[in-house]
Amino acid sequence: MAAVDVIGAPPLRSRLRREIAVWSTSLKVGTSLFAVILLAGLLAPWLTPYDPLYQDYNSILLSPSLAHPFGTDMNGRDILARTLFGTRIDLRIGFITTIVPLLYGVFLGAVSGYLGGKLDMVLMRILDVAIAFPFLVLIIVIIAVLGPGVHSIYIAVFLVGWTMYARLARAEMLVERNKDYVLAARVLGFGRWRIIFGHALPNLINSSIVFSMSDFVLNILLLSGLSFLGLGVAPPAPEWGAMIAESKDYMRQAWWVTTMPAAAIVLTGTALSLIGDGLAQRFGQNRRSLM
Amino acid sequence: MLRFVIGRLMQMIPVLIGVSLVSFLAIHLVPGDPIQIMLMGRATPDTVARIHAELGLDRPLWQQYLAFIGNALMGDFGRSIVQKTPIGGLIGDGLLVSLYLIAYGAVLSVLLAVPLAMWAAMRRDRLPDHSVRLLGMIGFAMPPFWIGLVLMVFFGLKLGWFPIRGFGDGALDHLYHLFLPALTMALFLAPVLIQSLRSSILDVLEADYIEVARAKGLSPTRILVKHVLRNAAIPVITVLAVNIGWLLSGAVIVETVFTIHGLGSQLVRSVGFRDYPTVQGLALVFAVIVMGVNLLADLGYMIIDRRVVGR
Repeated sequence: MAAVDVIGAPPLRSRLRREIAVWSTSLKVGTSLFAVILLAGLLAPWLTPYDPLYQDYNSILLSPSLAHPFGTDMNGRDILARTLFGTRIDLRIGFITTIVPLLYGVFLGAVSGYLGGKLDMVLMRILDVAIAFPFLVLIIVIIAVLGPGVHSIYIAVFLVGWTMYARLARAEMLVERNKDYVLAARVLGFGRWRIIFGHALPNLINSSIVFSMSDFVLNILLLSGLSFLGLGVAPPAPEWGAMIAESKDYMRQAWWVTTMPAAAIVLTGTALSLIGDGLAQRFGQNRRSLM
Repeated sequence: MLRFVIGRLMQMIPVLIGVSLVSFLAIHLVPGDPIQIMLMGRATPDTVARIHAELGLDRPLWQQYLAFIGNALMGDFGRSIVQKTPIGGLIGDGLLVSLYLIAYGAVLSVLLAVPLAMWAAMRRDRLPDHSVRLLGMIGFAMPPFWIGLVLMVFFGLKLGWFPIRGFGDGALDHLYHLFLPALTMALFLAPVLIQSLRSSILDVLEADYIEVARAKGLSPTRILVKHVLRNAAIPVITVLAVNIGWLLSGAVIVETVFTIHGLGSQLVRSVGFRDYPTVQGLALVFAVIVMGVNLLADLGYMIIDRRVVGR
């Protein structure tokens, strides 16, 4: 296949190397950090001998040691094991609640921005109303209606989370639709869907991708916050926020009980923010405001 | 000026209708009978029917909506069956506490964010800028309830410097009682504030009149105080207004952590009780606060900068 390599695009390895060469420090650090966290979650059963749910009443509130690097909680459970297994819950829910609204938020915003008219007017009114509620309040109201639990969180975020992406994509589309390449495509007689998805979308998705990194952080904070309020993941599941909520009364005598899950949240969030920051530089735009 | 204010108020009407519709419909979207769920299935059919009539749930939907709006305008949200008090009273008590907390948190946050944002902007792309940015990312990722817990355990319990719950009596006592909650809010808001302020200050620094001031030989400190700070006031107001929803979301969590009886902790409690009418009223009030603050911010620009009216 050497002939193909000579004529076609350079092989993947060297393309990847060239791509990484232009990455900023924050993108490199953020990606590596996130990869480590992801691996820690995936390999959790092999990284710790303990069961995250097993209660050992002979080892209650032990301080960090070689046997229990993160210590144990008030029920004698190994906190390292719980934090590692928590990665699976927080990253999975955080990822799904970020990617799903992104997909149809960008879709709606782009279509509405390109077509304009009545559809656009209706969308704008919906966005105005959604933005008038504090995010957490709207989520809590929806959870109140549906009853607490992870399924309600999914539905609530799917109902509310897309608005920011729609706003971003719409604003970008209003700029893109008047650019020469779109006009050229229109003159060539391309259909509106082909222009929106084939031509404009690749140019306007970057800002949403950059924002999605902050959104990912916000969704992990939302999940842990809701678990803390008793509306999210129920104990004894090792969700990070639920772990903090469960052991908060023991903070004074055992500093490690909430520090470890909190550190996991902060580390994950920082990694994602670094990636977002790096992506913004890579795409050559100023970093979007968070909200 | 009056025309500007009236025009701004007119713009709010469609949003208010939408917001009230969302709050109103919440109770009707509960799967099953909300009254049964509210009373946890312990009530007899007679009681359920009586409460249905009391809340007007047996009337046509549009009549219920008009009644909801009409009463809400008068500050009457009905009676909470679960908590056995008028909802308007619950909201009124909480409103004062929450607004106090938010204002206090916002002030502390500005005191924290303005110097840091300025430092980062003046030393752009150098060590101070990078450290402020990294600090911002770490702060942004910190769960607000954990910040609150740590402050509470350290400054409240270990050192005993500040009370760890309640609102206190009298204005000065409120300042003392709410210090840790407000500080939590400030730390929660500061990363967002610093990031937006930094770019606004960079814009100001690149403006022509700063160049002129520099050319005239004014010292950097004098430029900073006389020109940059004054022109950073508008961005501060904008960023605070844009993020009022963020701040209120923080208040929900902070009030719960510090057991302060504001709107946020009331919302969480009402959800726990499945007290739907109260949740409805609170949702509406939260949205009205957001809209009111944005209106006030617009009026604020007008006072600082008369040119805004012309736009």
